[in-house]
Amino acid sequence: MNPLYIARSPAVAARRLGDEMVIMSAVDSTLYTLSDVGAVLWQAADGRTPLAEIVRRHVCREFAVDQETALRDAEEFVRALAERGILLVSGEPINSSAAAEPAARAATAGPREETP
Amino acid sequence: MGAIPPGGERKGRNTESMAAAISITGLASQEAARDVRRALTIAIGGLPVRFWVPDAALSAMLAERYAPFLHGDGPRSPEIDFEISLAPPGWLPGPAELEVRWDSGLWRMGRGDFRAEFDLAARRGRITLFPNPYAVDALLRIVHSLLLARSGGVLLHAASGIRNGRGVTFSGVSGAGKTTLARLAPPGVLLLTDEVSYLRRDGEGFRVYGTPFSGELGLRGQDVSAPLGALYLIEHGAVNRIVPLTQPGAVRRLLRNTLFFAQDTDLVSGVFATLCELIERVPVCRLEFAPDARVWELAA
Repeated sequence: MNPLYIARSPAVAARRLGDEMVIMSAVDSTLYTLSDVGAVLWQAADGRTPLAEIVRRHVCREFAVDQETALRDAEEFVRALAERGILLVSGEPINSSAAAEPAARAATAGPREETP
Repeated sequence: MGAIPPGGERKGRNTESMAAAISITGLASQEAARDVRRALTIAIGGLPVRFWVPDAALSAMLAERYAPFLHGDGPRSPEIDFEISLAPPGWLPGPAELEVRWDSGLWRMGRGDFRAEFDLAARRGRITLFPNPYAVDALLRIVHSLLLARSGGVLLHAASGIRNGRGVTFSGVSGAGKTTLARLAPPGVLLLTDEVSYLRRDGEGFRVYGTPFSGELGLRGQDVSAPLGALYLIEHGAVNRIVPLTQPGAVRRLLRNTLFFAQDTDLVSGVFATLCELIERVPVCRLEFAPDARVWELAA
């Protein structure tokens, strides 16, 4: 299976508030809060590290879940974020100019959408 | 842009200097060179915006409406210079609903009673309007929302007041009770607005400023400000009580109540960052209130 690469979209603003990672689409001002696993994926989305490697290195270790299950959930999650324009997803490494600069840190369920 | 004087020009204005300024723009005309315009500088939240008004009656109308916020030429250059033109006969009005867009380096906007465009970087703009103050009021809200987005502030649908030197802001959408809370203010409260509150970052905190933007109460605020002590997201209830909010929940509610008209990514990100800082630096809670004056004792 081909590797998948993920990067943060430059069209969003993100901030950790308390224990939650909050992301706002600068296009339509929709606000999202990420689950713990979602936050881990978000913060590791540097455009260069394959998703499988991010899952192995961060998700499996921090959340005690097997690689196969975690990767399947993660792929579903990142595609959901990509549909909302929050993440860039590609079969190739993503150039940094197309993505936002890496953030500090960010895991199972998808985003909880909140419409302002 | 049209025949707009350079932002640096302040004093000693005369026909000659104005004609020179106009010729630079390539839009000189004999009529403009006579320079019958009057300059009105309206400073809200400490940010001055200067209007060049072509008509004495409109000038007097604006001077009366914005009296507490009028500033003479001070040491600070205006954030933007606006050239006002009166709508000529047969002028095509703007759309019925306010539209704002960014196009080729210019902000363009229009409504039934005005059309305007401005260049934030060049600090110049122009507005064509029917001679009523409401068009200027709408323009000022848009301009200030953009100026604040890049300088750590926001315009909120909110009533505000100052009590014992401390600002308190009650934010809510239409019908939430802003005007009711303003009416219930006890003696000693200086009301800043019953409609649109002006918040700017100030050191480690935020400051709330008076605005000329009035709601049902018809209250036009004064040009005063105070450190913001608390911000409440208001709703009607059976009793008066303060309910904590999660930080993401507070941001979500504040976003609903923020006046912002642009789709520009950087500016929208700026507004989001400001709201996040606001909830980190100022207590932000939900306030349920029954319509009695005791709510002020609870909140401020």
